[in-house]
Amino acid sequence: MEFFASLLSALPGAVAQGLIWGLMAIGVYITYKVLDLADLTVDGTMATGGAVCIILMTNGVNVWVALVCAFLAGMLAGLVTGVLHTFMGIPAILAGILTQLALYSINLRIMDGKANTAINPNNFDLLVSLRNVRSLTIENPIFVAAVFTIAIIALLYWFFGTALGCSIRATGANPNMSRAQGINVNFNKVLGLMISNGLVALASALYCQYQGFADVNAGRGAIVIGLAAVIIGEVLFGRIFRNFALKLLSVALGAVIYYVVIQIVLTAGLNTNDLKLITAVVVAIFLAIPYWKGKYFRGKMKIPAAAGKEATPNA
Amino acid sequence: MLELKGIYKTFNRGTVNEKKAIDGLDLTLEDGDFVTVIGGNGAGKSTTLNLIAGVYPVDAGTIRLNGVNITNLPEHKRAKYLGRVFQDPMMGTAATMGIEENLALAYRRGKSRGLSYGINNEERKLYREKLAILGLGLEDRMTSKVGLLSGGQRQALTLLMATLQKPDLLLLDEHTAALDPKTADKVLQITESIVARDNLTTLMVTHNMKNAIQYGNRLIMMDAGRVVVDIRGEEKKNLTVRDLLDKFNVESDRMLLSE
Repeated sequence: MEFFASLLSALPGAVAQGLIWGLMAIGVYITYKVLDLADLTVDGTMATGGAVCIILMTNGVNVWVALVCAFLAGMLAGLVTGVLHTFMGIPAILAGILTQLALYSINLRIMDGKANTAINPNNFDLLVSLRNVRSLTIENPIFVAAVFTIAIIALLYWFFGTALGCSIRATGANPNMSRAQGINVNFNKVLGLMISNGLVALASALYCQYQGFADVNAGRGAIVIGLAAVIIGEVLFGRIFRNFALKLLSVALGAVIYYVVIQIVLTAGLNTNDLKLITAVVVAIFLAIPYWKGKYFRGKMKIPAAAGKEATPNA
Repeated sequence: MLELKGIYKTFNRGTVNEKKAIDGLDLTLEDGDFVTVIGGNGAGKSTTLNLIAGVYPVDAGTIRLNGVNITNLPEHKRAKYLGRVFQDPMMGTAATMGIEENLALAYRRGKSRGLSYGINNEERKLYREKLAILGLGLEDRMTSKVGLLSGGQRQALTLLMATLQKPDLLLLDEHTAALDPKTADKVLQITESIVARDNLTTLMVTHNMKNAIQYGNRLIMMDAGRVVVDIRGEEKKNLTVRDLLDKFNVESDRMLLSE
C-alpha cells in the first residue's frame, strides 16, 4: 500500500519528465529513423540547450528568447556534425562522437567554467517547473510539455510533407534514388541533423527549467533514453500508428512510458546508481528483438487445406 | 545531343587491383537516338553510364549534353538532365515511401524543393493517368508503399519516374536483367513505347543480344573500355543475332556466355 501511495505521488513528475524527454526523442527519431543516421551529438546537445537557456535567463533574457537561442545552439551543433560527416567524409557515428566531445568543453565555457548552474524559480519566470507538477493550473509542466509536444509534432508533420521535407525522407530511404532524382543528399543530411539537434536542445532547455538547474553532465546517455523511447513507441504502437504524426506521437508516448516504468522500479527499491545499466540492458534487448524475430522465428505459414492451389505472386 | 570525348577512367589506380575501365572512349548520340549497348563483363558499359550520370568523376575527357559541359557537375545537379533506371529494382525507388510520393519526388527533378506541399491533388490526377498507361493496376494503389511491389512493378515505376520530367537523356543500365523473361519483355515494351512517345535520346545497356537488335535504331558493342562496333540505320534493322556473331567473331565467345 505504501508502495502505491509513493508511486502515485511520484507519477506526475515521471509523466512531465517523460513528455520533455519525448521532445528529445522526437529529435532522435528524425536522425535514427527518418535519415537512417545514428547521431551521438545529442549527448552533448542535451546539455548545451539547457546551459544556453539558463545562462541567458539568469542574465535577464526573456524565457522565449532563451528557448529560441537554445534551439539555434542545438542547430549549430548539428551543423558541425553534418559538416564533419558530409564535407569531411567522417562516418556519422564518429562525427557525432567528435562533436559531443567538443561540446563538453563548450558547455563548460557557456556556463562560465562551472559544472552546474542553478536558476531559482522564485526569481525567474520559468515555463515549466518541478514545483508546479501537482498543481491543477495551466502552469503545470505536464500541460505545458504536452502543448509543446503537440505543437512540435504538428510543425514537423507539416514540414515533412513539404517538397523539402519529402526529399529529406527520401534521402534516408534511398540515397541513390535521391541523387538520381536531383536531391542534394549531403545538404539534406546536414539539415536533418540541424533540426534534430535543435529539438534536442529545446528539450534540454525545458528540462533544465523543470529541474531548476543546468548541468554539464545532463546529456550523458541521452541517446540511449532517446532510442528507448523510439523503440518502446514502435513496439507498442507500431501496428496501429501508421501516419507520420502518429508515429511521432508514439515516440513521445514511448518516452513517457519509459519514465513511468523507471519510476516504478525506483519506487520498488532499485538503487538509482544502477539505472543506466538497466536502461542499457533494456534498450539492447529491444534493439535485438527485430533481429531475433527475423533470424530465429520464421513466420507461421498456414498450409492451405485445398492442396494444388498455387499461390500466385504478383508479376 | 550527347558527346563523350576522350574519356578515361581507371579504378584503384596504383594498386594491384588497378582496372582500366574506360580507355579513350569517344561517342556521340544524336537527338532521338535509341542506342543499345552490348559487351562482355568488364567492357565498360555500366561505367560509361555511371560516368555520364556523375556517380564518379572522369580521369580525363569531356561530357557534353546539348552543348552544356556537364563533366564537373555533381551527380544531383546532372540529374536535372537525366532519367535513370538501374539494374537493381531496389535502387530506383524509395521502398518506405508511397507510390505517389515517389512520383512526386521524381516530378520535382531539376526543380527547387521548397516549403510548398510535397504533393498536390492536381499532380495526383496526372500520376493516376500515367500509372494507368503502364497497365499494371498501380493507379489504384497510389498510396501503397513501394516496398510492397514486385521487381517488375518497381522497374516500371522507376521508368515512369525517370521520364515524368522529360529527360535530355535516358540511361537504362540493364534495367530488365533482374526480372523473369516475361516481366522483362513487358518492361521493355513499356520502355519502347515511352521512348517512342517522347522521342527520348536513350542509352540502354543489355546483356541480351536479341533485345539489343530488336530495340533502338543503333547498336554499339563495347570492349576494354571503348566502342568497337557501331551499327545503325538500315544495317541495324536487318541485323540478326547470327549476323552479329558471325561478323564479330572475336567478341562472340564472351557475349554468348553472357547471353
